[in-house]
Amino acid sequence: MAKIANASGGAEATGSRGHHAPPVLKVADAPRELERAPLVLNNRSLGWITDAVAGVCENPMPKWWWPAFILSAGTMGMMFSLLAYLVSTGTGVWGLNTSANWAWDITNFVFWIGIGHAGTLISAVLFLLRQKWRTSINRAAEAMTIFAVACAGIFPVFHTGRVWFALYPGYLIPMPNSNWIWPQFRSPLLWDVFAVSTYGTVSLLFWYVGLIPDLATLRDRAKTKLRKLGYGVFSLGWSNSNRHWSNYEKAYLILAGLSTPLVLSVHSIVSFDFAVSQVPGWHATIFPPYFVAGAIFSGFGMVLTLLIPMRSLFNLHDLITVRHVELMCKVLLATGSIVGYAYGMEFFIAWYGGSPYELWAFLRNRVADPFIFGPLFKVPTAPYWWAYWMMISCNVISPHLFWSRKLRTNVVFVWIVSIFVNIGMWFERFVIIVTSLHRDYLPSSWGYFTPSWVDVFTFVGSFGLFMTLFLLFIRFLPVIAISEVKGVTPQADPHHPLGGAKEHH
Amino acid sequence: MSAPAKTHGLLAEFDTPADLMAAALKCRDAGYTKWDVYSPFPIHGMDDAMGLKKSLVGWFTFTGGCTGFTTGMTMIWFMNKFDYPLVVGGKPLFTPLYAFPVSYELTILLSAFGTLFGLAALCRLPKWYNPLFKNERFKRASNDKFFICIEAVDPKFGHAQETLQSAGAKIIETVED
Repeated sequence: MAKIANASGGAEATGSRGHHAPPVLKVADAPRELERAPLVLNNRSLGWITDAVAGVCENPMPKWWWPAFILSAGTMGMMFSLLAYLVSTGTGVWGLNTSANWAWDITNFVFWIGIGHAGTLISAVLFLLRQKWRTSINRAAEAMTIFAVACAGIFPVFHTGRVWFALYPGYLIPMPNSNWIWPQFRSPLLWDVFAVSTYGTVSLLFWYVGLIPDLATLRDRAKTKLRKLGYGVFSLGWSNSNRHWSNYEKAYLILAGLSTPLVLSVHSIVSFDFAVSQVPGWHATIFPPYFVAGAIFSGFGMVLTLLIPMRSLFNLHDLITVRHVELMCKVLLATGSIVGYAYGMEFFIAWYGGSPYELWAFLRNRVADPFIFGPLFKVPTAPYWWAYWMMISCNVISPHLFWSRKLRTNVVFVWIVSIFVNIGMWFERFVIIVTSLHRDYLPSSWGYFTPSWVDVFTFVGSFGLFMTLFLLFIRFLPVIAISEVKGVTPQADPHHPLGGAKEHH
Repeated sequence: MSAPAKTHGLLAEFDTPADLMAAALKCRDAGYTKWDVYSPFPIHGMDDAMGLKKSLVGWFTFTGGCTGFTTGMTMIWFMNKFDYPLVVGGKPLFTPLYAFPVSYELTILLSAFGTLFGLAALCRLPKWYNPLFKNERFKRASNDKFFICIEAVDPKFGHAQETLQSAGAKIIETVED
């Protein structure tokens, strides 16, 4: 950015040498350290940004799109068939047993809802913190949030088997049962219903408000009647008027301000489902912050898993840059460290708290592997030691690879690690839920949970739903927030030479 | 109204945000009231350049939030204490403490709806007809061009052509209603 020497300062300087010399207006370059690295590479024009992003959903989809869509939709169909099988037969088609009454269903629920948190963090928290790099990833990340919440919602609705009771008499929406007894709000399970449904709704509203100007861009570029009508209706007649922008920016700021406490409350309340109970392994005060950090960790893992292929497949390298990948890796490192700390602290408190049941849940159900810790503490091998150590290796080791700049900037490597983060975070929820439940206070009801094929394929099918929605999103909506990205370029700044600023003004 | 009834207004096109900002200052100082600035993204400082007041969206949010919190507390009190009191686990029938998480979520939910409806109401959206959309050039207002439109209903519309020209507009066109 050109820096203009201030006119009076210039006059004083020359004045000391003799007042005959006219004031010199010197244009000096800003020191390099003050110049921020551009967010859009190669100094692209405003029109280029529109063409690059709108082009993705205007041009025919690449060849892989249809096979990918058919595969995803088929997988999604499999999930709905299996859910129909569950409803028509009963929850016995899952591998649940008495003591492990929750297993893959609630694991999947917490896994998916956690994934969503990165989207809100990027769209709301980074917006409030004025992290301008978020603009090129927030749209896709928010889409991911909404689709993940849709996947998450399926499991609590279906895990009771008789889904129609979710609505009437409502265990999900507050309706009295046949004895006119209302649901009781002292239970965190009901808080969870409100938290998750509010989260889904507010994320959708926030996403839609962000989309309105971009839908107007697509409307103005639309060639066919159908596209004109579709984008026209959903853009609500947006005209890019500054009187509208003024209200829009305020509304966007408020929605970001609302989403921030919301996202922190959602996973806190999800953690209350466990922490408010008295089950050893669940009854821990560290749960709310630990769950929120884990959610952000897993969500950023999923954002990277989705966006790294997307930027290559659609040639968006100038918009989603290596710097973006690097910054997201730093978030993984930070949240992954919190998660690792929480694992350590949980184990420490299990011992330090002095409750034999708590220590049992940790040491004898989870930690004691047959090689090192079992022999060390002289306890028999824990039934789920493999799941616990799977979680530790994925979640504690992998984020710390990102201390290295070389590894952070290697996108293929980052993509592979992001998958390990996804796996590790699924195992975290499995470990918390199943290892705590499978041995309750009565040793006679101890059992080992093994998933049935229906469990496995319902979970796999939820990825089908997620990918189907994401592929449709790529097909029909702008994957990058066009107007927001334009707003962070120097061309958009009326005080920057690239924005048309004259040197004397 | 001096202009013919058919005219919606004068539309001036600019190339850069800086030109637009300078022109907006001129229009503001010339005392127009029925005019607007169009840009593909919000421009920092444009609200002041146009002399706009602070947006009122926040009041809609506040109203929504108050409604949400009150609804939550009242609903839980009604269901668990008033309509069918039932002791569960020896816990109190009603206290704002256990009613808080749900009321908190409802506060956020209705605040968000309040914000959305406030935005729509203040912008008069959805709007199904806009004469500017008939102008081919104006399509680039959502892409890479910048516009000012002074409407024919403005009392000073007679001077509009002059003002826009002196403000450095590249192209000035009349838009039919």
